[in-house]
Amino acid sequence: MSQANLLERRSVVSRLLAERNDAIVVGGLGASTYDIAAAGDHDRNFYLWGAMGGAVMIGLGMALAQPKLPVVVITGDGEMLMGMGSLATVGLQKPANLTIVVLDNEVYGETGGQASHTAATVDLVGVARACGISDSRAISTMAEVETFAASLQEVSSGPRFASVKIDSANLERVLSSRDGQFTVTRIRGALGFKPI
Amino acid sequence: MHARTDAPPETAASWPEDIFAILQRFDVRQVPYVPDAGHSQLIERVLGASSMRAVPLTTEEEGVALLAGAWAGGQRGVLLMQSSGVGNCVNMLSLTQIFRLPFLTLVTMRGEWGEFNPWQVPMGSSTAAVFELSGIKVLRASHAEEVREVVEAAAGQAYNACTPTAVLLSQRLIGAKVFTK
Repeated sequence: MSQANLLERRSVVSRLLAERNDAIVVGGLGASTYDIAAAGDHDRNFYLWGAMGGAVMIGLGMALAQPKLPVVVITGDGEMLMGMGSLATVGLQKPANLTIVVLDNEVYGETGGQASHTAATVDLVGVARACGISDSRAISTMAEVETFAASLQEVSSGPRFASVKIDSANLERVLSSRDGQFTVTRIRGALGFKPI
Repeated sequence: MHARTDAPPETAASWPEDIFAILQRFDVRQVPYVPDAGHSQLIERVLGASSMRAVPLTTEEEGVALLAGAWAGGQRGVLLMQSSGVGNCVNMLSLTQIFRLPFLTLVTMRGEWGEFNPWQVPMGSSTAAVFELSGIKVLRASHAEEVREVVEAAAGQAYNACTPTAVLLSQRLIGAKVFTK
């Protein structure tokens, strides 16, 4: 597969998060979590190291609980495929502050580069749109990433979905904390909630 | 989807009202569910409550992840499902330990007490063991008059002590589903 016209994942994520302000960012397990960590640790980063298929639903629970905050889920095509029903659930709830970004390299990069369904047949943008997320788009240029990044702060016009075609290079891992209690307690603290 | 009995509305059970009152008192805000006839009265109450967000799911594991996000965002929730859905949750139940979630789920039982459909029996028979293997405390209510204190205890330990807890609502309580041609 030619890599020439595909975007580089870390550039995409760092650009998306460059002006994140108060946004909560959920990273799907695997490379997406490393990308978010590479863009800079943040007390509103929700790193996932498991729960494959759950990233969008964690984002939805957060978005419903904090409707005035932008919530951005960044995950991979394999993780999204495992939780594809959650797009139907989001389409029904229509949280205006939720953005879902799929970094689509068409492979399971963490496990040896096996092809995912998006390499052949599945159109995730079409799936998201068919699930009722009308603002669903395919992104293939950094100019489109720039435009989309600005919209992440909008908490009244979502939900929105973007599939960004990226190259399948396996980059050096940037490891975030793997301690889920630490991560959630830190996010809750940033939002003003005390420990029990 | 499927009624358990042909009972008219005026004989509606009071225990779903007891559960609803407890959920309100504990400030439960997000209620993900996969529909079950045994939960239908409670789901109706949740759909009509301005303080609660009912979230229909495509599969039960979505609800576990939703409640993790809700908790991180400062809200409590409860997952409503049928026993057959518990198996759909297994890997996602890891989140209850990873995040030490104040996780509460109310499960209507099938596959026991006069079950007609053999396909319900395997999962219904392993529901409690699946929860226990997943680190979830299991309480059970089999009679209408004990529902309130069992759900109250479950909500208390789930929300106050962050002890993930499931309440099994017995088929004996709900009534075996009647299949007629």
